Amino acid sequence: MSAPSLFLVAAVALLALVMVYVHRLAVGPTVFDRLLGLSGFGTQTTMLLLLMGAVYGRLDMFVDLSLAYALLSFVGAVASARYFERGGQDR
Amino acid sequence: MIADIAIAGLLVVAMFFHGVAALGVVRMPDFYTRMHAVSKAETLGMLFTLAALVVSAGLSLVTVKLVFLAIFLFLANPTSTHAIGRAALRVGLPPWRRLPPENA
Repeated sequence: MSAPSLFLVAAVALLALVMVYVHRLAVGPTVFDRLLGLSGFGTQTTMLLLLMGAVYGRLDMFVDLSLAYALLSFVGAVASARYFERGGQDR
Repeated sequence: MIADIAIAGLLVVAMFFHGVAALGVVRMPDFYTRMHAVSKAETLGMLFTLAALVVSAGLSLVTVKLVFLAIFLFLANPTSTHAIGRAALRVGLPPWRRLPPENA
């Protein structure tokens, strides 16, 4: 089994696991569960992007995309955590 | 050939940790325990996935970027989870407690 097909198998498995985070994002009892699902979803999607880059043989392009996605996901998670820390209201 | 075997091994370990994180998100009883499962298992799975990609990419600029991404996510992932957990604690979300078997 060559390397691109290995990465394809891993990407399909990771896609199935991403659905778990989507489930938590949809049904999470509290808003913090949804935030946790969003944060996990961001990390898993970054990994999925890199694996698909390895499948297509264009990892040099996809690694930049995933860097930008990881930065945006981190800033979004921290900003919304600070927002809901105040009870979800503007000052 | 040896690189393919190393990639397969690293990907299997990575998928194991990703699976543990997903299992924790589904099965754990409340928010804090779910957060505990995600923040650690997912960081490890991410590191092993990036290690497999580094083995496949060889020594190039892509590897430098992948290592930078690994360092960034290794710091950012626990930080964002900590921020979410602290927000939940300050809002006053009560931690889960096991009910006593006969509470009378």
